[in-house]
Amino acid sequence: MADRITLEVARYRPEQDAEPVMQSYEVPLRKDWAILDGLNHVKDNLDGTLSYRWSCRMGICGSCGMTVNGEPKLTCATFLTDYAPGPVRIEALRNFPVIRDLVVDIDDFMSKLPTVKPWLVRDKQSPVEEGEYLQTPEELDEYKQYSMCINCMLCYAACPVYALDDKFVGPAALALAQRYNLDSRDDGAADRRDVLSSDEGVWACTFVGECSAVCPKDVDPAGAIQRYKLTAATQAVKDLLLPRGAR
Amino acid sequence: MSSTAGPYRRPVSLFWWLERRSYLVFVLRELSSVFVAWFVVYLLMLVSAIGGGSDSYQRFLDRSDQAWMLVLNIVSFLFVLLHMVTWFGLAPKAMVVRLRGRRVPSRAILAGHYALCALLSAVVAWVVLR
Amino acid sequence: MTASYDVVVIGGGGAGLRAAIAVAETNPRLRVAIVSKVYPMRSHTVSAEGGAAAVAGADDTLDEHAYDTVSGSDWLSDQDAVEAFVAEAPRELLRLEHWGCPWTRQPDGHIAVRAFGGMKKMRTWFAADKTGFHLLHTLFQTALSYPDIVRYDEWYVTTLLVDDGTVRGLVALELATGRVETITATAVIVCTGGCGRVYPFTTNANIKTGDGMALAYRAGAPLKDMEFVQYHPTGLPFTGILITEAARAEGGWMLNKDGYRYLQDYDLGTPSPTPVLRSMELGPRDRLSQAFVHEQEKGRTTDTPYGPVVHLDLRHLGAELIDAKLPFVRELCTNYQNIDPVTELVPVRPVVHYMMGGVHTDIHGATPVKGLYAAGEVACVSINGANRLGSNSLPELLVFGARAGRAAAVYAGLNGGTVSSAVLAQGRDEERRLEQELTGRTDGHERIADIRTEMQATMEDGAGIYRDGDALAKAANSLRELRERFAGAAVDDHSRSFNTELVALLELSCMLDVAESIIASALHREESRGAHQRIDFPARDDARYLAHSLIHRKPDGTGKVEYLPVTITRWPPGERVYGR
Repeated sequence: MADRITLEVARYRPEQDAEPVMQSYEVPLRKDWAILDGLNHVKDNLDGTLSYRWSCRMGICGSCGMTVNGEPKLTCATFLTDYAPGPVRIEALRNFPVIRDLVVDIDDFMSKLPTVKPWLVRDKQSPVEEGEYLQTPEELDEYKQYSMCINCMLCYAACPVYALDDKFVGPAALALAQRYNLDSRDDGAADRRDVLSSDEGVWACTFVGECSAVCPKDVDPAGAIQRYKLTAATQAVKDLLLPRGAR
Repeated sequence: MSSTAGPYRRPVSLFWWLERRSYLVFVLRELSSVFVAWFVVYLLMLVSAIGGGSDSYQRFLDRSDQAWMLVLNIVSFLFVLLHMVTWFGLAPKAMVVRLRGRRVPSRAILAGHYALCALLSAVVAWVVLR
Repeated sequence: MTASYDVVVIGGGGAGLRAAIAVAETNPRLRVAIVSKVYPMRSHTVSAEGGAAAVAGADDTLDEHAYDTVSGSDWLSDQDAVEAFVAEAPRELLRLEHWGCPWTRQPDGHIAVRAFGGMKKMRTWFAADKTGFHLLHTLFQTALSYPDIVRYDEWYVTTLLVDDGTVRGLVALELATGRVETITATAVIVCTGGCGRVYPFTTNANIKTGDGMALAYRAGAPLKDMEFVQYHPTGLPFTGILITEAARAEGGWMLNKDGYRYLQDYDLGTPSPTPVLRSMELGPRDRLSQAFVHEQEKGRTTDTPYGPVVHLDLRHLGAELIDAKLPFVRELCTNYQNIDPVTELVPVRPVVHYMMGGVHTDIHGATPVKGLYAAGEVACVSINGANRLGSNSLPELLVFGARAGRAAAVYAGLNGGTVSSAVLAQGRDEERRLEQELTGRTDGHERIADIRTEMQATMEDGAGIYRDGDALAKAANSLRELRERFAGAAVDDHSRSFNTELVALLELSCMLDVAESIIASALHREESRGAHQRIDFPARDDARYLAHSLIHRKPDGTGKVEYLPVTITRWPPGERVYGR
């Protein structure tokens, strides 16, 4: 195996570039190195002007999502040797505006998230002195998978609906809404319905399924969304058939 | 201070659906609904032809025999198969079924769909072929 | 440009979010903002794995949790703070449960607890082995339901504004645009976490650069107990990624190169097949890390390209238990070490993990600087003293985040008023200084990364697990030299949009301040206690050093060390006994 590999990195400096420009860097090819280690080598030793986000380097903070050879990946959890002999093409995450180099603007997600009310809604709050709300391990399993989202945005980068229609609420936000809908302690399903059942909510999803395919935490947002379609449809039929008082 | 272009928005290509295999399969799956719609129309045409008597039924059979119609129906059948396979595959994701408190595994839901399909096909075949 | 708030929280992790919520609940009319250099979900709280301790069972008492904490701290913790902490921890963890935190449960639906290092009873609540992740996301999502909390995401605070001994606000840089803004505030709560990145080998994320410690230090608040740096016994060899103590709590063994459970040689008890609380692998972190050094000196560690290691043996736990209780551990070992802990031994070594020391606060989170509060790892109350017990840190974020929030809210409600022109002038000075850092430095000749790497090496050599006066003095000199070289550091990136090199420069400046305070405090403490072990002063010296070191910044940038006696209430200093 060779001991060097080339990274082709998309640079974008709004003060001087009209669109991203590729720049090549040669970095050591070490068997333990993630793509992120390669980028750090570039920044520390070759070119301090390269900007990108990273923090935990263990796949839990969600900062380092980028497009690697056309696929959305967490660069701290993707290894250089998997791309040998290279070159490896690294670009900013798709479907988000690029602020600079490999840094994208995720404010769209940050503003959509509160609209699905991703917090526990209770009809009746008990004081903490009365102890915990009981929840069996089976009840926890109902929503546990959807609680694993690290907000890395790889799902938005993979979703063609979001690419074409940026008003789509999107996989992660909808999955988080489901995480609370399915939590046995939550009473807020009705509060979330309007946003989830809107045209830009679950009904904008055409079940491409790429979001679940790229999710590094196996959250399966596609599954969460389809389940909600069933829930919303059933609810709509119930509303139609049952008298107001029984709903 | 130099002027700044601001954030860059990558344009979405008209052929975005050719960029990944999964996108292509998705678009074909969506397209298959057109062919499902054709089969519905064809069925309605068949019913109407039968309703019109043996002459109109014979005309329907003659029309169906034409090369282009045969090709259309074969292609449609393949697309309907694609439609069935992809939607059956996705069904377990949308349906969480519980039996006696335990969650039915996806494989079982999938198998259930195919079993029902095989059963219905067998019934139809028996009716038609006897 | 100026914005104005009643309370500003710096840092959006566990402590920061809890503090902001506490402010909003204490006085909904206060204008509160959170300024964080990363989006809150990226805060380092997210990486915590093992759990959060709070008395839960009928057979457990607050006094026992307190005693475990006090003895674990080698009697350096302030016992009034510890008593308040253990009393409030259960309420805080229950509040989190009420906010939706997916704590792992017993079959009957009650919260499950597990054993943890240094604790005599099982009282560590956990959410699988991603407790910090779930805690942070629960807090962040709950904070979203308080629409009046304003957030400045990806804004880097470069200085606090202090006038007449009172905090009046801060100056922050918006990463996306390079815009610099003065934000005035009646109260400021610093919740920026620790500074593991001053060492080369750490579980800590890239963002743990001690920014808040430096900000408070420069604003006149003393840093306390900085010499006490916790090495976590089980980090992966190359990356330093944390393998949670829970792996040992569930029954994992630590083996040297002969396959021997070596901890039995270090007065930590005798081995038994299943874990015994406060014994062997469930001893306190400082003692376990020190044992590693001795094993290394005896030649009983295994050499790898990334240094000496020992091994964590989880094979006898079985795949089912590992997948149920330690799934993230399995994932990390597989991805980053190509090892499946179900069938193979996991190589581990001590790595820097936590700062017991930090900004000096009282038990309400108030620093000596009026209007300035601190909570979480950045602060030193102190409940952790010379050594922190695992699973005490997460409840600490909540208890003291809430306390600081409430105290700051009360203070802000009573004080406030117009901002003096002196403060605004200070803000403009800072703007000019930042402009200079951005556009100047065109003839710098040192790479930021080189200075940083040398600083880290200096710290590991001078202030590692075992220290001595000569090495510490040498380290102090090296740091002085590095600070001079820092003046000539080069900045390649002069753009304003998302300039991470400028941020790295500012972070390095904070790290140098913090590193110097660690070395100075370590040099002055001539005894061994908890995580601070002096080869030249191997005994604990309660007569002279049952006290916190306090370091104040002098105008020339160096520090002056003094001592503040520890508050003893119910537990007079005793011997730390584990395994007997």
